[in-house]
Amino acid sequence: MTTPHPHSPTLLKPVKPVGIVGYGAYVPRYRLPAKEVARVWTGGKGGLPIKEKAVPGLDEDVITMSIEAARNAMLRAQIDPTELRAVWVGSESHPYAVKPTSTLVAEAIGAVPNTQAADWEFACKAGTEALVAAMGLVGSGMGHYAMAIGMDTAQGKPGDALEYTAGAGGGAFILGPAEESLAIINASYSYVTDTPDFWRRENQKYPEHGMRFTGEPAYFKHITEAATHLMEASGTTAKDYKWAVFHQPNTKFAQRVSGQLGFSPEQIEPGLLVPVIGNTYAGAAMIGLTATLDIAQPGDRILVVSFGSGAGSDAFDILVTDAAPLRAGLATKTQEYISRRTEIDYAMYVRYRGKLQMK
Amino acid sequence: MEIPRHWRLKQQRYSLVGEVCPHCDHKIFPPRDICPNCGDEAKELFTFSGKGEVYSYTKIYEAPTGFDANAPYTVALVKLEEGPIITAQLTDLDSTPVEIGMPVEMVTRKMRNDGDERGIIVYGYKFRLRT
Ligand SMILES: [Zn+2]
Repeated sequence: MTTPHPHSPTLLKPVKPVGIVGYGAYVPRYRLPAKEVARVWTGGKGGLPIKEKAVPGLDEDVITMSIEAARNAMLRAQIDPTELRAVWVGSESHPYAVKPTSTLVAEAIGAVPNTQAADWEFACKAGTEALVAAMGLVGSGMGHYAMAIGMDTAQGKPGDALEYTAGAGGGAFILGPAEESLAIINASYSYVTDTPDFWRRENQKYPEHGMRFTGEPAYFKHITEAATHLMEASGTTAKDYKWAVFHQPNTKFAQRVSGQLGFSPEQIEPGLLVPVIGNTYAGAAMIGLTATLDIAQPGDRILVVSFGSGAGSDAFDILVTDAAPLRAGLATKTQEYISRRTEIDYAMYVRYRGKLQMK
Repeated sequence: MEIPRHWRLKQQRYSLVGEVCPHCDHKIFPPRDICPNCGDEAKELFTFSGKGEVYSYTKIYEAPTGFDANAPYTVALVKLEEGPIITAQLTDLDSTPVEIGMPVEMVTRKMRNDGDERGIIVYGYKFRLRT
């Protein structure tokens, strides 16, 4: 460790220490292999960005998936839901254009009516954005507990590169006082700029991407800046972290950015889920963290860096406490969800994702 | 449009909130404010664990209006751990054959649209096999 800046003014650090008191994941059980997308659109030619992606069933959406992740987080936190002062859901696939996802999730877990509820949007970092806000709510003493969820059922245009990877899943986190937590969040740092890498206009079903803008100036630039700044200001290097989780639009991007930042393949292994569930957008960094916490041991330090198009990254410096192993066992683990697997073909995928014009 | 009814039933539908009789501890679902066991008033709320087993089942091929998008699907009588037997859809069945006595657990899922795709989405309990 190098000497940390005594008071780095750009770090987001709460007045009262804050930590994760509960967390939960959800992944729907259907899987569309990337080679099946290739069979339909390219005659099976070309490289595949992942092995397969998770697809929600006919009766699932961001609301139902958030409810299940939130229930898992409640099981691990072992708190009364009426003690939550915020239920926040970050997603780019909220089921309604107008009508919050968060109120329904809060109702289903018994957190209403004495709570904040809001839906967050910032492409793939909507979930970690809610997490930073929850740090502020708890760290200021405004509320004892706050829940932040990142969940998506991403859609790619048929035949587009994104159709191989646009997956479904996410995670829910309950933040509370550090002394009650299974992992302390030491600090976070956010880095944002106006970047035209990926967007979806109102009333358009599928997103567009800015081709050459998606890699270097967007994903790599923002993640690298956020991670580097957080580590410098915290006086850490890649070696101080046992594990690291990066936003993962595909396998290659996450591997490359972590290597550039000095992290080994072993450090990112537990949180690198995109090869088997796809890019879960606002859920990606969040569910990577749930899988990492599932196996983490007391004293492990975890770096998490999200990325959202448009563009920005939130970075978190997390320290696992003695409570983690016990609480990990109180709900279904992320890898258990991943192992519940029903393979579907492209035709069934088209039905499940509502891509058939019925009238 | 049945918005008032959906709204009134949300707690029991989203999270299996029923009642418990303060006199004989009988668990009641759906809530009816009168204990079917002892006949006394029972208004205390009780959230069921969501765990149960398949008591009986049937597969629906010709679904009623509003549910046709999900057909074919399986409807079961589920005996909850706390006693009551309720009717619910089974979900995420895959190709697993359903059998009487199979352990199941409650999940909250989309049931249907109220009217067409411009109406509200109705959410409620279904059950999936417990692993
Ligand atoms: Zn009674």
